[in-house]
Amino acid sequence: MEFETVIGLEVHVELATKTKIFCGCSTAFGAAPNVNTCPVCTGMPGSLPVLNKKVLEYAIAVGLATNCSITQYSKFDRKNYFYPDNPQNYQISQLYLPICRNGHVDIETEAGIKSIGIHEIHMEEDAGKLIHDEWEDTSLVDYNRSGVPLIEIVSEPDMRSADEVLKYLDKLRMTIAYLGASDCKLQEGSMRADVNLSVRPVGSPEYGTRTEMKNLNSFKAIRRAIEGERARQIELISEGKQVIQETRHWDDNKEYSYAMRSKEDAQDYRYFPDPDLVPIHVSDELIESIRKAQPEMAEQKQKRYVSEFGLPEYDSEQITSEKPLADLFEKTTEICNNPKKVSNWIMGETMRLIKERKLDAKDLKISPKNLAELIDITEAGEINSSVAKEVFEKIFDEDISPKEYVKNNNLGNVSDEGELERIIKEVIEENPKSVEDYRAGKKKAMGFLVGQTMKKTGGKAEPGKVNGILNKLL
Amino acid sequence: MDISTLSAKELGDCLFNKEISVKEVLDYTYKTIEEKDKDINAFVSLCKEEAYERGSVIQEMIDRGERLSPFMGVPIAIKDNMCTKGIKTTCCSKILENFVPNYNATAVEKVLDAGLIVVGKTNMDEFAMGSTNETSFYGPAKNPHDLEHVTGGSSGGSCAAVAAGEVKLALGSDTGGSIRQPSAYCGTVGFKPTYGTVSRYGLIAYASSLDQIGPIAGNVTDTALLLEIISGTDEKDSTSVKRDEYDFSSVLDMDVKGMRIGIPNDYISHGLNDEIKEKINETAEKLKAAGAEVTNFDLGLLDYVVPAYYVIACAEASSNLERFDGVKYGFRADNYEDLHTMYKRSRTKGFGKEVKSRIMLGSFVLSSGYYDAYYLKALKTKALIKKAFDDAFKNYDLILSPVAPSTAPKLGESLSDPIKMYLSDIYTVSVNLCSLPSISVPVGKSKEGLPIGVQFIGDCFGEKNCLRAASMMSNGEA
Amino acid sequence: MGKNTIDDETIEYVGILAKLELNDEEKEKAKKDMEEMLDYVDKLNELDTDDVLPMSHIFDSENAFREDVVTNGDGCEELLNNAPKVKENMIVVPKTI
Repeated sequence: MEFETVIGLEVHVELATKTKIFCGCSTAFGAAPNVNTCPVCTGMPGSLPVLNKKVLEYAIAVGLATNCSITQYSKFDRKNYFYPDNPQNYQISQLYLPICRNGHVDIETEAGIKSIGIHEIHMEEDAGKLIHDEWEDTSLVDYNRSGVPLIEIVSEPDMRSADEVLKYLDKLRMTIAYLGASDCKLQEGSMRADVNLSVRPVGSPEYGTRTEMKNLNSFKAIRRAIEGERARQIELISEGKQVIQETRHWDDNKEYSYAMRSKEDAQDYRYFPDPDLVPIHVSDELIESIRKAQPEMAEQKQKRYVSEFGLPEYDSEQITSEKPLADLFEKTTEICNNPKKVSNWIMGETMRLIKERKLDAKDLKISPKNLAELIDITEAGEINSSVAKEVFEKIFDEDISPKEYVKNNNLGNVSDEGELERIIKEVIEENPKSVEDYRAGKKKAMGFLVGQTMKKTGGKAEPGKVNGILNKLL
Repeated sequence: MDISTLSAKELGDCLFNKEISVKEVLDYTYKTIEEKDKDINAFVSLCKEEAYERGSVIQEMIDRGERLSPFMGVPIAIKDNMCTKGIKTTCCSKILENFVPNYNATAVEKVLDAGLIVVGKTNMDEFAMGSTNETSFYGPAKNPHDLEHVTGGSSGGSCAAVAAGEVKLALGSDTGGSIRQPSAYCGTVGFKPTYGTVSRYGLIAYASSLDQIGPIAGNVTDTALLLEIISGTDEKDSTSVKRDEYDFSSVLDMDVKGMRIGIPNDYISHGLNDEIKEKINETAEKLKAAGAEVTNFDLGLLDYVVPAYYVIACAEASSNLERFDGVKYGFRADNYEDLHTMYKRSRTKGFGKEVKSRIMLGSFVLSSGYYDAYYLKALKTKALIKKAFDDAFKNYDLILSPVAPSTAPKLGESLSDPIKMYLSDIYTVSVNLCSLPSISVPVGKSKEGLPIGVQFIGDCFGEKNCLRAASMMSNGEA
Repeated sequence: MGKNTIDDETIEYVGILAKLELNDEEKEKAKKDMEEMLDYVDKLNELDTDDVLPMSHIFDSENAFREDVVTNGDGCEELLNNAPKVKENMIVVPKTI
């Protein structure tokens, strides 16, 4: 029997706010344990939550970018379950009236454009961290992440393969990163995906029983987990056994998932509207102002770069893959008006160095002004291409001014014609044999003389000019 | 000077005029508490050191001629479910026996900012769950009018402390009558304001949608002035409301002429004690004599208010009390094998019977398969009750009603029959379900010598109407 | 007389949800209490609420937001002051995995 895989995703995204969702604690990474805490995010008796407005704005922005309708009367609900990383033993989330519903994003598949439905997007708080203490065989609780704002994007079960899942995730990642709502890093946990998967015989109208897989920390893990779970379910069915609806934990090292059920984990969350938070009224004006402030998305930019700047489609796709690169492209082009050269620098050296230095595009130091200046002086023949690369690396690392750097380090081409002529005269004097050869019609000799000149100038002469002067003198 | 006969306002004046010092007042207060509290058990902890320290700061300000409020330098007692920085706050539960908050509840902060001096924390039903103060981990507070009788609850300690003259002012909280009912039992004035008028930040929640902090005092003027001090919008409490005015005491000299006051028929027929019914009638006559129109009307739904209340309150409580788990603060059981036995043993040993019973009920009504039948049904009933009050307030400025069906019962008579105990809240819980303001004022005593109170219920934000009628009644008494 | 019966399994289940461990005697008492309460609460079924919207919040017209500005400093010490067991500035709990 042929089986079809049916996949829906629950994607958690940590929002890029400065403070937590319900209190004024910092969301900054890297603090010592429990430093970024207060009575609210540690569940102290009597403390009360107050919603960070920026969280609502980001959630709406993501909703609009994913074609959702915005719920104009929305509420928070409590999801009740006991766990030490959850200080109140309930998570403030949204069940009954989530902020966004009924959206979709389009992905490109081999069969063409496919629309993946978004069931809802809701706002919620993140949990703290549990660290296993090997010495004592206990766990240690750190609430620094407790209360960091999340949105959960729940898709419809519209995906049929790992490829589609990864395309959908990449699309979400890019969209949200473009909005500035999150940096969406799977490895660092600022984007997390739980996979709901079931299988069914091809052509069957009904869905099979699904499982939910958690702990997927990379695109590779997601792919492996999907393939593993599909195989596991098909095997069960083929053996005449049943798939049990359950949550499974993926162990990427063992490439194996295991069920997380226990008697104490009843999975009965007793959701009810949180009486500590008032319902949220989203006005038409707020939606409109967020819509107006939405940046141009990658897809639109891609098309525009082709039509407006005449970039090849491949270039356009590469440059728009990260918003900071697209921003750099646009701003630099604005200054130096040489889109193709700008695009070359970004696709070539910039991306190479990002990879080599293991950096993130958003941490780029290059200023458009300095990149434009580099392109200008290179084009004007003031430096040659190998010097340009050297200068670029300096811009990449320290954002230096190329003109000043070239001057201070004496890297400029010998531009004074008199000086160049003097050097070439020396070369002619020192190489009478070649001069003779040239005059005898051996055109190759010219190449040798040019090379000698370049050597004397330390590579800082412009070959075209050298040719011209040689021609004149010979 | 005989401090015992002064009102809080008069004491504040004496302090400001330096007829008496803050230290003298504190000496008097702690001496009185020492004498009386052995019997009454109104206080569960005292904070003498902090009080004297604060007292000397306040005295210096008074000496410089500064006046923060009419109650500057006046001692106040705080119910033990409001967080007090550096002072143990237990909710009268074993599970919080050693809990010392790192912050003050907003209401406490406001009281301190007004120059009042917190002298101690008062007894209450455990987590405010109870109507007699008998579920307290520290044993019941006793009624100063008759030590054989309960104070009522849950703010029993606050009301008893005021009634016994240990303090002149106290803060209580009211989730289903917890300020008004013990006020009626103890003969104090207690005011449950419109929901959101006083910040709940730092009030350890029982049922968040119903809880409201309010003032308890010996007379209406002190009550109104204390409400002015503690009320106000708070950016830390999303449910706090922005009101146009907070000058509640401005109406104290107004009469009740032309006020339309309604008495709900079923509130005076349902097994109401005859003596209390008599007092309601007397009150109605006095109001009429003072120019108010007093008529009876059908409010309806009385049979449904207690079940709706218990479902909602227990559901919220089951969630609010999840944080008491032995992890971050409070009691952690000694013996456990793993995480879940630690949770279960800490909670089972840490909570008292009544609290556990309400948590169980609340967890059940929210659980899968029962949510619609119980919790949602209760929320719909709440909507009907609210509608009934909205309709009533189209015709009336105020509702006059009993506070409790009887005077304070004897100690030990109530807990055995929970439903009977819950029914004693029948006249008070609607006010919480509908976010209404209501003041309980003493109107005399029973033949047995126990106080009787009545309540004036206003429409949302109608505190001033409540105070007009209440102050007229107390003027009449005086 | 009551209509509601709470069986052992239900009490056990609610105990898991509520994280309470009742002994047999307490269980019997809890069953009885809950049955009585539910019988009493069933009175609500006399009311026709088909066309009534459930009311969770009485005042729900005003939004309450905070601005995204850091207002809190280091809260570690204050958190740990009340914690039953602490190691390396973290709270110790039985192992969770």
